[in-house]
Amino acid sequence: MISKKRALVYLVILAAAVAVVWQYQGVPQVGGPAASVLHRGLSTDPESVDPHKARSVAAGEVLRDIGEGLLSYSATGELVAGVADEWTASDDGLIYTFHIREDARWSNGDAVTAEQFVFSLRRLVDPATAAFYAGMVADINNVTEIIAGDLPPEELGVIAADERTLVITLVRPTPYLLSLLTFPSTFPVHPGSIATHGEAFTRAENLLSNGAYKLDSWEPGSVLSLSRNEQYWNNAVTAIDEVQHHVLTQEMTELNRYRAGELQVTGSVPPDSFEKVREDYPDELHIAPYLGVYYYGFNLTKPPFKDNPELREALSLAIDRDVLVESITGRGEAAAYSWVPPGVDNYAPRRFNYADQTQDERNAHARRLLAEAGYYPNNPLRFELRYNTSDTQQRIALAVQAMWKDVLGVEATLINEEFQVLLANMRAGAVTQVFRSSWIGDYNDAHTFLSIMESGNASNMPRYASVEFDEQMRRAAEQVDPKRRRLFLEEAERVLLSDHPVIPLYFYVSKHLVSPDVVGWGDNVLDYHYSQHLSLAPAGATP
Amino acid sequence: MVHAAPGGPFDDERVLPPETRQALEAAYNLDAPLHQQFLDYLSNLVRGDMGPSYRYRDHTVGELIGNAFPVSLKLGGMAMLLAIVVGVTAGTVAALRRNTWLDRTVMGFAMTGISVPVFVIAPVLVLLLAVKMQWLPAGWSGNEGLSRFVLPVIALALPQVAYIARLTRASMIDVLASDFIRTARAQGLGTSAIVRYHALKPAMLPVLSYMGPAIAAILTGSVVVEEIFGIPGLGQFFVRGALNRDYTLVLGIVIFYATLVVLLNLVVDLLYGVIDPRIRRR
Repeated sequence: MISKKRALVYLVILAAAVAVVWQYQGVPQVGGPAASVLHRGLSTDPESVDPHKARSVAAGEVLRDIGEGLLSYSATGELVAGVADEWTASDDGLIYTFHIREDARWSNGDAVTAEQFVFSLRRLVDPATAAFYAGMVADINNVTEIIAGDLPPEELGVIAADERTLVITLVRPTPYLLSLLTFPSTFPVHPGSIATHGEAFTRAENLLSNGAYKLDSWEPGSVLSLSRNEQYWNNAVTAIDEVQHHVLTQEMTELNRYRAGELQVTGSVPPDSFEKVREDYPDELHIAPYLGVYYYGFNLTKPPFKDNPELREALSLAIDRDVLVESITGRGEAAAYSWVPPGVDNYAPRRFNYADQTQDERNAHARRLLAEAGYYPNNPLRFELRYNTSDTQQRIALAVQAMWKDVLGVEATLINEEFQVLLANMRAGAVTQVFRSSWIGDYNDAHTFLSIMESGNASNMPRYASVEFDEQMRRAAEQVDPKRRRLFLEEAERVLLSDHPVIPLYFYVSKHLVSPDVVGWGDNVLDYHYSQHLSLAPAGATP
Repeated sequence: MVHAAPGGPFDDERVLPPETRQALEAAYNLDAPLHQQFLDYLSNLVRGDMGPSYRYRDHTVGELIGNAFPVSLKLGGMAMLLAIVVGVTAGTVAALRRNTWLDRTVMGFAMTGISVPVFVIAPVLVLLLAVKMQWLPAGWSGNEGLSRFVLPVIALALPQVAYIARLTRASMIDVLASDFIRTARAQGLGTSAIVRYHALKPAMLPVLSYMGPAIAAILTGSVVVEEIFGIPGLGQFFVRGALNRDYTLVLGIVIFYATLVVLLNLVVDLLYGVIDPRIRRR
């Protein structure tokens, strides 16, 4: 038995301990309501948070939260003012003048100036930076020469008339210039920061932001943590205090975390669970058209597809695209009878002339064309179809292979390759015959889809080279009037479609799960969702 | 060898203009002849510099490994510990109650652990315990403390629990049948004392031999578990590195693993000496 004195001492110590612990209970409540935190899923780590070294869609998502260009987009995809609050264009469309808003600031309080944009755009095109998207601004004066090393970056057609005025001179009228200037590669970087820290200016402790949020920390493979940038010119409108971009490479993992309530926004939805998700979360599932096309391309430099447009058309005709989008991908994708996806600004895509026929009619036409090309049951067409290793790609390839066999007696051998291997083969053009590929638009203009089919374009995988197509594109580039330009672009697409260098199969959709707590989500064709447009309200509260 | 895989770290559907590609490759020393690259890498390695990552361009390989290794170590270490404790206990119990329902149940579970792959067990655990019951976190990032380790460690340890249980059971049955155990029983020692002081150590020898392959299994199994739970461990970075053709990252992790395996084998050899006095006497 312990003595009374001992017991008293113990009691006092216990009471003291309880009092101390009690103190720490309510600490976070001091100073107002808790911070609102948005948890979003990100498909992969950004390559870098240096806007000139980044290139993936995932990097763009983070960059759009921690930076801002001259222009930006609203939640529903309309062009709005960004760092620039006013701009004018000359009558010939070759000179654009931007006014930088007075209250544009970096997260350390420094003003955002026109000089910084000059510095940044020069850095973008400087060969030493080796920026992936340097060529994106090729319409600006001298960019092509600078990238090739023939001129120094100082010759770039971008100058600062004064601290608040930026003047951009173009090689040709570029109606999508404003759209380009929303792209993260054109965001400003802070020259002083680069001078002080060198390459390490991207470290979270050094990085300055001119966007709605700043980067607090980055655990590679895990999470990027952002918090409100009080110096942002529009900070008063930013509702959410902190954003966590969780790096989740597996779609299933992301879905599980959403279901467990750990994420409020997902970047995607796994195809296998799609039906279940649609049943369980009908109001939270957001499917919207996305500027991307899924296609099979032909290697036009070698037989049997070289100089054989009828054969290519036959293969395109025999595919029942409705079966593909309904039964195989089944997430609301649209069958593609055009090259340019629907929803592009100021453009009405052309369509294959067989777009409205029944599949039976198309099949009959395909058989005729195949016979004309010299292939019969005892002389079947044989070739290899390459695609990158993935469940979805494989299912589509199997379906198409079966359709070709059924309708035309074609024997397509399926070869799956790891993504990088397929890319290397497509670029080399030596072994490929038919290959699976896709193209996602960089900006909201038909040009981003049509330009890659110009002869000599590095992303022109089929090696399509049509004098007529190039001519239409060239004439489109000369037009200042958007209506006339549109006519030439549409004509170019018509030429492209009738030549069949590619078989577009379907257009992408963006798919997200968005919690009912999130307010302000806008579906748009570029799939841009800036965190600054969102707010968190508990479900059930009136917005 | 790493260069033998087709494709490079800067490939993408958007093809780089040739001048940009040249500038990038020059910056990363990829345009030098292969043997030159090899020598440069070695000379940097000796100084402790594993180079920049080609894919994670804001981070060096050393930094990535430095962040990832403690995570993988904790995960693998806890899994190994759990596997040994539960496995040995289960195997011992099964051996002592040989051929009873307890033995059969324990061994039945063991069989499941061996035959059901990790990438089935882990998602099922997540679905049940994290999504439906919400007892534990479904993922790693943004969660704190030990609770986010529970599911991954269980998923990783389960197959090893199974193997170790079976090994222990067989080995324990053998040892319990040997002469010196009969002597101890004849001297009046109770079962628990016999197991604790006389039977456990020799019965552990096969388990110890299994440690080498077990650690290897945990390392490789951790890749799957890391992917499923989104854990930034070495396994994840290794796979990403290979798929992204991130040469320096892959090389760095291979060298790291190799060093680790050599060290662990040494430890296991030393442990033999500790546990088995017959070896010590040599």
